[in-house]
Amino acid sequence: MSDTHAQSVAFMRDTMLPEAPPPESEAGVVRWIRSNLFSGWFNTILTITSLYCLYLFLAAVGPWLVNGVWDAADIRECREKLQGATGGCFAVIAERWPQMIFGFKYPSEIYWRPAVAFILLLVAIAPVLFSKVFPARMLYFSALYPFLAYYLIWGGTILIPVIALLGFAVGYFVYARQVYRSFAVGLFGGIAAAVATWFIGGFITAALPEFLALREVASRDIGGFMLNLILGTVCVSLSLPLGILLALGRQSEMPVVKGICVVFIEFIRGVPLITLLFVANVVLAYFLPPGTNFDLIVRVIIMITMFASAYIAEVIRGGLAALPKGQYEAANALGLDYPQAMRLIILPQALKISIPGIVNVAVGLFKDTTLVSIISMFDLVGMVRGPILSSSDWNGVYWELFGFAGLLFFVVCYGISQYSQWLERQLRTDHR
Amino acid sequence: MKKTVFLGALTISGLLAGAAAAATLDDVKARGKLNCGVTTGLTGFSEPDASGRWEGLDAAVCRAVAAAVLSDADAVEFVPLTAKTRFTSLASGEIDMMARVTTWTLSRDTDLKFDFVGINYYDGQGFIVPKALGVTSAKDLDGATVCIQTGTTTELNLADFFRANNISYEPVPVETDDEAAQQYLAGACDTYTTDASGLAATRAGFPTPADHVVLPEIISKEPLGPLVRHGDNDWADIVRWSLNALIAAEEYGVTQANVEDKAASSGTNPEVNRLLGTEGELGAMMGLDKDWAKRAIAASGNYGEIFERNLGVNTPIGLARGLNAQWTNGGLLYSPPFR
Repeated sequence: MSDTHAQSVAFMRDTMLPEAPPPESEAGVVRWIRSNLFSGWFNTILTITSLYCLYLFLAAVGPWLVNGVWDAADIRECREKLQGATGGCFAVIAERWPQMIFGFKYPSEIYWRPAVAFILLLVAIAPVLFSKVFPARMLYFSALYPFLAYYLIWGGTILIPVIALLGFAVGYFVYARQVYRSFAVGLFGGIAAAVATWFIGGFITAALPEFLALREVASRDIGGFMLNLILGTVCVSLSLPLGILLALGRQSEMPVVKGICVVFIEFIRGVPLITLLFVANVVLAYFLPPGTNFDLIVRVIIMITMFASAYIAEVIRGGLAALPKGQYEAANALGLDYPQAMRLIILPQALKISIPGIVNVAVGLFKDTTLVSIISMFDLVGMVRGPILSSSDWNGVYWELFGFAGLLFFVVCYGISQYSQWLERQLRTDHR
Repeated sequence: MKKTVFLGALTISGLLAGAAAAATLDDVKARGKLNCGVTTGLTGFSEPDASGRWEGLDAAVCRAVAAAVLSDADAVEFVPLTAKTRFTSLASGEIDMMARVTTWTLSRDTDLKFDFVGINYYDGQGFIVPKALGVTSAKDLDGATVCIQTGTTTELNLADFFRANNISYEPVPVETDDEAAQQYLAGACDTYTTDASGLAATRAGFPTPADHVVLPEIISKEPLGPLVRHGDNDWADIVRWSLNALIAAEEYGVTQANVEDKAASSGTNPEVNRLLGTEGELGAMMGLDKDWAKRAIAASGNYGEIFERNLGVNTPIGLARGLNAQWTNGGLLYSPPFR
């Protein structure tokens, strides 16, 4: 049998063929282009149209970027150098970038102070944002950072931030010692102790205005992108805890607390931000006696924080509402009291659901800080629209300046958005 | 209860405001700085340069007042104000005076409770057209498309002018000056109309300014001047006569360069002697010393020098003196006598 069979088979392969590359048309770039760009007549038309649009765009923007003039004293010199060719006049950015970053009145000798504050901001914010990567000990620095940043940016005696910090420390100490009696005793005791510390500290700072003092910079002199960053960072970090409190208050069963929260949220959400800013700038000036120096930046921070916290409260309320009732009941069944239940069970889940909404508010808020240019504060957009565009040297340069401003905002907002997506993936605990 | 507290607070702040307003000069001296309201940036009138120093016609008026009152032309805190916040800032006492290209009108002088102390620039609404259009007079603009900022008095003036001359036009509404310049350059309208000084400044930013002309017709009155709050006449006098000193200095040939010499000893012109304090006691009548006008002039020169440096024909803006020449040269600048 075997013989006959052996004769009927002419050849039998006893080794494996080496793997051959796929045919030219089914591999690599060609295949990718065919399957993704030219997979049908409709997609082919779309591809060609897009390529044409891309070409038009690059043909317009390319020379503008490549021929750009980076070294000129004013717009007329720019135009002379270009000789009628298409090209951007980037010399305006080369000359005025410190003004766009720091504002036009911040003393140039001490630009290093806000710069250091900015770098330290990254250090301080890292352990908060990436708690798994950085050691928890760095959080102590994060807690100190606001006081340090105030000292660096505004200057003045170091006693002011030190006493502010001391007030918080004393308040927390009293709270920690008294909280075993009841939460309310601890809270109000802590607040009273902190206020008392600040009150006494006020006399000390008044007596020693030169103690370890850095050169003082008035709020009016702070501007540029620095102002946007200050307003954005401070208001987002303040409005998040405030928003959580408001959201919880709105769900409370105590009518007074609930009423206050509802009225606050609905009132703030019903008023445009620009109106609140006008109130901060103009109306308060009428109510306060002349000569009282209630810092304009503080007024604006309060208004923007109120505005953002109302929106964040609504976002978090959505997160709270999305949790099944069983979670609340389970917390009660475990015998947890209200703060424990919220802290350990409800809020971690509700906040996780709310992340996209909160980030949305944060990005919107950061961009809304440019509205302060309308109340005569020189943030980045205010600097561009006011002093720079109106100077006889640079009157008529639009695209370069607004493009630069847009780029700065894009970098920050895109960063925030990417971080939030990363955070969502980190916190994902369900199976998908 | 709440209401009474609120009203009480209002009353107290009102009283304090009144008390503070009554002695602006003392406030300024105690503070050591003059708070002067300016624009957030307007070419030739008030614009900060690359090092953050304010330059321009309005800024020079602020400096002159500071020099007269505080003996230091740089003791000025320039407070940039938008059109929306300017009047409340002055009324609330945040600033001592305002030199912010503000048109002197009856309602602002009376209803808003301000005092205009004089006029440092006579402006008026004009038209800009491309030279290629071949138009030499605004009356030739029959049927033209006109770029016009909406919601401004210029819009109303435009309608009046065309109706009075019985010619037609087609408005192209724009929001801001920048937008108007873009539209005009893109050919969306034949002509753009706004204040003549603004037209000149806008034209300076064009790629080819020489291809555009501002037509001779001025169709409205826009007298721009510094102003102070009602109720402190002593302070208003100081600001008024500081401005007048700049104007009179040009008339009598006192310049930044020769003011020191002329003030050193009394000369042949008694008016100059009184102005510079070598004769008489004019400064003391205002609560200032006798050198006040000398310092005001030394700060940035007389009116003519200030004008030429910031707006004049040798600057990119290139404005002729026109109405803003001395009365002796056919203009409207006319300082009352120093006597």
